[in-house]
Amino acid sequence: MSSRRIFARPARFAAIAPYVWMVLFFLVPFAFVLKISLSQTAIAQPPYEPVFDLSAGWDALKAAFAALSADNFRLIGSDDIYVFAYVRSLTVAITATALLLLIGYPIAYGMARLPKRWQAVAMVLVIVPFWTSFLIRIYAWINILQHDGLLNQILLALHLVSQPVVWLSTDTAMYIGIVYSYLPFMILPLYATLAKMEPALEEAAGDLGAPPWQVFWLVTFPLSLPGVGAGVLLCFIPIVGEFVIPDLLAGSNALMIGQTLWLEFFTNKDWPVASAAAIVLLVVLLVPLMLYERLQKRQLEQGR
Amino acid sequence: MLRIEGVAKSFGTFRAVDGVSLDIKAGEFFALLGPSGCGKTTLLRMLAGFEAPDEGRILLGGKDIAQALPHERPINMMFQNYALFPHLSVRDNIAFGLKRAGMARAEIATRVAEMIALVKLDGLEKRKPDQLSGGQRQRVALARALARRPQLLLLDEPLAALDKKLRESTQGELMELQRRLGMTFIIVTHDQEEAMTMASRIGVMKSGKLAQVAPPRELYEAPRSRWIAEFVGDINLFDGESKLRDGHRLVIGTRDAGALVVAEPREPVGAGRFAVAIRPEKVKLSRRGPVSEAGRETAINRLDGVIADICYLGGTTTYKVKLDTGGVLQASVANSARIDVDAYSLNQHVVAWFTPDDCVVLQS
Repeated sequence: MSSRRIFARPARFAAIAPYVWMVLFFLVPFAFVLKISLSQTAIAQPPYEPVFDLSAGWDALKAAFAALSADNFRLIGSDDIYVFAYVRSLTVAITATALLLLIGYPIAYGMARLPKRWQAVAMVLVIVPFWTSFLIRIYAWINILQHDGLLNQILLALHLVSQPVVWLSTDTAMYIGIVYSYLPFMILPLYATLAKMEPALEEAAGDLGAPPWQVFWLVTFPLSLPGVGAGVLLCFIPIVGEFVIPDLLAGSNALMIGQTLWLEFFTNKDWPVASAAAIVLLVVLLVPLMLYERLQKRQLEQGR
Repeated sequence: MLRIEGVAKSFGTFRAVDGVSLDIKAGEFFALLGPSGCGKTTLLRMLAGFEAPDEGRILLGGKDIAQALPHERPINMMFQNYALFPHLSVRDNIAFGLKRAGMARAEIATRVAEMIALVKLDGLEKRKPDQLSGGQRQRVALARALARRPQLLLLDEPLAALDKKLRESTQGELMELQRRLGMTFIIVTHDQEEAMTMASRIGVMKSGKLAQVAPPRELYEAPRSRWIAEFVGDINLFDGESKLRDGHRLVIGTRDAGALVVAEPREPVGAGRFAVAIRPEKVKLSRRGPVSEAGRETAINRLDGVIADICYLGGTTTYKVKLDTGGVLQASVANSARIDVDAYSLNQHVVAWFTPDDCVVLQS
């Protein structure tokens, strides 16, 4: 039996397409970034050296290769600014993801238990904010959270506070912004797993003597773990690299790695260090990505 | 043991269960039979506690449980698609209810082993539900529902997902198990043969109401209405046009089959619509009418006709006889000999005959 015969030509192309995509839009740019991260900054065009110039001949290429060094990585590893930025990014991402799960799960659960026709309405309500630009929505939050903003006006009107509270440029504001922006990414995968769960399973648990809270912890939650995994990773990974929301809503005393990267690249024009920071970030993110991959594989095996 | 009193349940404007009252004795194997949408599943779900009745009481051992939550009832249910927990092994599925009851570990282990032996699942304890065949899953579901030794076991279409052969052997096993454990079973099914085979009593439901509650034989031989007669098994129905008393018999004039002599029904025939009903297997066929003198004596109803259709079913053959009086009569004849030289052929002239006692007069 020849395995080559299994795919007709168009099918074979379809199977290759994702790999072509990966090579063109991930591996090749990654190679560029990796090369830049091993270079030194220079006042030139492009702003780093050495430059590989194929027209300069073999010896020049060899010299360029020899000039590559891991100095930038050493700098990132030894300078507190970068270490703190990574730690802060991870702390923010973990805290925000935990908040997202706590807020998103009940919403997704409630949606999945709605009558069918209301589920579609709820789904639209979750997605509708995407129809407005992300930046506009974050700026709207600045408006709400500022000194004489909507939130403080309401709090004052209700006599909950006697003076306007400082919201803007605090971590609270940043978390509000992150949770608000990423909530759909947490809700949708959770909703998908909860909605397709057979209702008879929860009934069976109740029938066998489990009060509602046990039904949730022993049946509903364990069976929704694939959705929890997907939601957590969909939020956690982009939040680690987030720079717009902390830039606009958080204070400027502690930076996340995304903001540091931005500063190195655009303000300091230090492409090599920025590239090295990006590569370290990628490696840090690979760990949860690989965990997710293993989770999916296990699910596939269980599904058979 | 279980008393259902005037229970009703509506979904929006639809009355799914419409005033059902029923008594079920301890140790009984009771079947709720009906077409889909008749409310039998809703009634079962109210017994389990998944739906609360709008009206009425459900008394279990004298205590009203109508509003109790599922986990507070000494009742367990076997679900239609089994509803096994996919993330738990066979053993943990069966132990689930025992753990909730706060049973000691050692005791749980003994009970689970007992259940596994009972449903013959030895060696499969560590498997997950998706590694089991349909029949094995059905057994796990049964073991899980029985493990808590409920006072009442509800079975929602328990055999619907099995193929015919397996279904028949499982029917026997379920009956045997019920007898041995002495438990009360209530089964919901749309399959009248299944209900007939297993249950000691059957409640037929139609549009949310109980149409008749009777043992299988009574249900089949003495259906209370035309609808039940047609729902349970096959039947020939001839609308009556006139009636005449003749001693302890009635002579009923029908349009399609002429005058038929029937035994006087227990309830007098009223003014409304009525019909003479006869089951196909009660109809005898012959070439020249009843053979013996004794036969001639009882076989008062003789109908001439020709064979219009033959349906060979293996054990029996169903003939459709086009009567000279205009109607069509179905007769089911047992194929008692392998080589049957006497089998009838199409368009052959036959005499169909049956006794007055084989007929039932149906009103409404």
